[in-house]
Amino acid sequence: MTTRYTKSHEYVRVEGGMGVVGITDHAQTQLGDVVFVELPPIGQRLSKGDEAATVESVKAAAEVSAPVSGTVVEINGALADSPGLVNQDPTGRGWFLKIELSDAAEVDSLMDEDAYRAFLQAAS
Amino acid sequence: MRYLPLSDVDRADMLACIGVSGIDALFADIPRAKRLECDLDLPARKTEMEVERMLSLLAAKNVAAGAVPFFVGAGAYKHHVPASVDHLIQRSEFLTSYTPYQPEIAQGTLQTIFEFQTQVAGLTAMDVANASMYDGSTATVEAVAMAHRLTKRRKAILSGGLHPHYAEAVRTYAEMAGDDFLVLSPDILGAETFDTLVDADTSCAVVQNPDFFGNLRDLSDVAAICMAKGALLVAVFTEAVSLGLVKPPGAMGADIVAGEGQSIGNRLNFGGPYVGLFATKSKYLRQMPGRLCGETVDASGRRGFVLTLSTREQHIRRDKATSNICTNSGLASLAFSIHLTLLGDAGLRRLARINHANAVALADRIAAVKGVKVLNETFFNEFTIKIAGDAAEVVQRMAEKGVLGGVPVSRLLPGKGLDDLILAASTEVNTDADRAAFAEALQGALSC
Amino acid sequence: MLMRQTFGPQAAETEGPGAKTFTGNRGLEIEEGLIFETGRSEISGVDLDEPLPFKHRLGALERQEPAGLPGLSEPETMRHYVRLSRQNYAIDAGIYPLGSCTMKHNPRLNEAMARLPGFADIHPLQPQSTVQGALELIAELARWLMVMTGMDAVAMSPRAGAHGEACGMMAIKAAIAAKGEGETRKIVLVPESAHGTNPASAACAGFAVRPVPARADSTLDPAEVKRRLGPDVAAIMLTNPNTCGLFEKDVVAIAALVHEAGAYFYCDGANFNAIMGKTRPGDLGVDAMHINLHKTFSTPHGGGGPGAGPVVLSSKLAPFAPVPFLRRGENGFHLVEHKSEAPDSFGRIAAFHGQMGMFVRAFAYMLSHGAGGLRQAAEDAVLNANYIRASLKDLMSGPFGDRPCMHEVLFDETWLKPTGLTAFDFAKAMIDEGFHPMTIYFPLVAHGAMLIEPTESESKASLDLFVAALRDLALAATRGDIERFAGAPHYAPRRRLDETRAARNPVLKWTKPAA
Repeated sequence: MTTRYTKSHEYVRVEGGMGVVGITDHAQTQLGDVVFVELPPIGQRLSKGDEAATVESVKAAAEVSAPVSGTVVEINGALADSPGLVNQDPTGRGWFLKIELSDAAEVDSLMDEDAYRAFLQAAS
Repeated sequence: MRYLPLSDVDRADMLACIGVSGIDALFADIPRAKRLECDLDLPARKTEMEVERMLSLLAAKNVAAGAVPFFVGAGAYKHHVPASVDHLIQRSEFLTSYTPYQPEIAQGTLQTIFEFQTQVAGLTAMDVANASMYDGSTATVEAVAMAHRLTKRRKAILSGGLHPHYAEAVRTYAEMAGDDFLVLSPDILGAETFDTLVDADTSCAVVQNPDFFGNLRDLSDVAAICMAKGALLVAVFTEAVSLGLVKPPGAMGADIVAGEGQSIGNRLNFGGPYVGLFATKSKYLRQMPGRLCGETVDASGRRGFVLTLSTREQHIRRDKATSNICTNSGLASLAFSIHLTLLGDAGLRRLARINHANAVALADRIAAVKGVKVLNETFFNEFTIKIAGDAAEVVQRMAEKGVLGGVPVSRLLPGKGLDDLILAASTEVNTDADRAAFAEALQGALSC
Repeated sequence: MLMRQTFGPQAAETEGPGAKTFTGNRGLEIEEGLIFETGRSEISGVDLDEPLPFKHRLGALERQEPAGLPGLSEPETMRHYVRLSRQNYAIDAGIYPLGSCTMKHNPRLNEAMARLPGFADIHPLQPQSTVQGALELIAELARWLMVMTGMDAVAMSPRAGAHGEACGMMAIKAAIAAKGEGETRKIVLVPESAHGTNPASAACAGFAVRPVPARADSTLDPAEVKRRLGPDVAAIMLTNPNTCGLFEKDVVAIAALVHEAGAYFYCDGANFNAIMGKTRPGDLGVDAMHINLHKTFSTPHGGGGPGAGPVVLSSKLAPFAPVPFLRRGENGFHLVEHKSEAPDSFGRIAAFHGQMGMFVRAFAYMLSHGAGGLRQAAEDAVLNANYIRASLKDLMSGPFGDRPCMHEVLFDETWLKPTGLTAFDFAKAMIDEGFHPMTIYFPLVAHGAMLIEPTESESKASLDLFVAALRDLALAATRGDIERFAGAPHYAPRRRLDETRAARNPVLKWTKPAA
């Protein structure tokens, strides 16, 4: 299992051709209290960089881009009633969607944990 | 100048504090060639007395509705506004306050918005209403845009009973966005059907009740047709008082409601400011444009109100916003709410019954005039009269005789062969004497 | 819960002076419930006589279920709204330093004039011969707007600033289509500092937006604009003075580049208060500009509206103006209401003619000032903003260093960072001092923006007190006295409100509690 990160603060946790996608802890801190998440329909085909979901907080709205290309096979229904999960546990119970990867090689061009940490450091 | 508190001494002191020699140093970024070297070619200032004199003269050149027998409607209606309404909206804290972005010091505005939203939802029998839009016509434009977003289709069908100005506004926005639309021909008798018109490309049907010609329509049929095709029903009204007596759009299957609230709490004001009412079903909430006020609690546990779900709006979503709207109708919506608070269900129903009774009385009077026919089977407080003559000329002659006897349909629908139709409205302000004057003036104008 | 229903919302208060009284009231500060909690459906504050029996013509469409609206008698209604009003801050009560809003004094003469029956009690569709005075007023107001801006025409019908923006962009779109370039020119350039209505309005007219970055001093570089111009660009939308309170010094060069590229220059006129009587947008190359009558021309903000946003147009765009518009003939004024009489018009954007109520108010304001007064107002607005800047610059940081601003001054959060406090905390503490906070977090290009616009309506004494209070707060912040900030405001009618709860569980109307 590998986790990779994008410059727009999404993560994808890949295991056996499937990726769990969400936003990072840094992103949820920036957004503030999440009040609503709009998820794509199951079966939606996404290309890397496509708008996959939107996340709204009290003061801001942000697009969540697909870190990799593939088909949406599952979405996190718990977020409808408990959007706060994105704040409490962004990489665990606050996941957004699961993608079946169409091109496993795309993962390699994303940042790993260390690279992402360095990226955050440089930006602050 | 009476509105400018700074004295020349103040100005000099302040310039010294800033560290510049003169005021023009603060305008240095304006290219020299583009700076105005002397004052604009406009009159010098006027005292309050002089302004009053000048504007009173202009005002006196107009025939006020209250000065003559008055039967003009067609989307704006003369109703009596209680003195306390106008008094309350002039309270400093309502008149001169801003949008309630700092809720701790704006609970006055916020609570009244919450009450307004509740009243509008109740009136229209819908789940949720927003804090108001500019007017009924722009609310209709927004409703169509909302239907497009929800259905992911881009074709609206506009009833032939929709107010022509509303239809024109929807059309303008549709043309600009490259959207499709179908405008049905003027439906004088309220008889059009939608069975064959709504298809898989249709996002919504936009139907007005009472319609532009005054007819009452049962929207349930259109609602069912729309639902069967995955389209939405946008229900429109231009006379809010009708909701005191006529079946509301929510009870007939409307998905989105856009209406004009001017009739309650607001004067005619030559067309503005008015107040757009907007309501919808709970499931469509997130696609609703405009401001929303919601209930919450403060840090001490007390109930309070805040603007909410703002992330739909322009200041956050920018080009992806549900709308570009920034202001709502503020004071005009407050006037609406205060008047409705004074009326209550009992008062509103009684007011609506008086309106309808007066319109029935007018229709009966008109039936007795030769060469004149009331076309409507049903109506609330406005109906269409067919005359043997040119309606615009007849209405002009009636005006010259001191009676404002309705609107020639050709004013809003020229070149459609409707030149012999007049729209006449009768509200609670009309007396028997007014109705007699109408009939007499109409008779006289026809025999010219 | 029982007490809540009978006496209103205060019963749950757990701390503060209100917790010490039975009613939850604090002297003159009265808690007031909702009309749905205090009203009764059988009461009405309006006397109306039942009509004599008649035969109705409603068909089968009579309303069956009431709307669920309670009524209040007149005295109860007065109390309800008077009590609520007292929980509001207002210009009439104190300085309202909101950048980009121009919260100037709302003269009462305007209210009296707007209520003259000859203006308030006329219908937009009365025969035009019976409303010549109203049409004359609109024409005169339009003339003043054209003279002030140096433009050739004005569309009076937009209902608000954003509506005016959409209108201006639609006129531009129509002009482009008339040249046969409708399929190619679909992009609008918008600076990153623009107000959100700009891109939203461009989208209304069917355009896509291309952002333009600004220089470090917030102004636009003609070279950056030029780089983004091309045959696919319809227009640029600029605010001048810009949203950071500075005049776009290269505006003339930018206008020239835009025109050379076959595009149009839309100007957001929200900040016109800084330059009226000092320069004319028409002279700067503007093709269309909306004017917020509720900002520059003192029509009241009314808790959020109504506004009015007439759009001045250059001769190139005038033919495409929306209907209705006024024409002057030998028989007086005539409203042109149909495209058949004005074939190049892009159409109608709303019912009727425009915000007459606001026209009367704005016109009374303009007449009261005269040419000299309007210029003086702009000068005093700019003077007041610079006075505040000069008095706070040693304590509060700004993104542009020590340089003059126009009618509004922009500070940022840099000076607060070491304290751990934010612009939000600072703003809330201002409330306890009796001031409405300045605009915060706009424009987005500054980090933790704090935008102060005093307007010309503030006296020097008012500014001195405001500055002294802000200095005191700023020093407290840097000293680390966080009690004034933590959990502020403490003395307002409400403490900080839970906005997360309001958004997660929206309660947007009152519903009857279950029995």
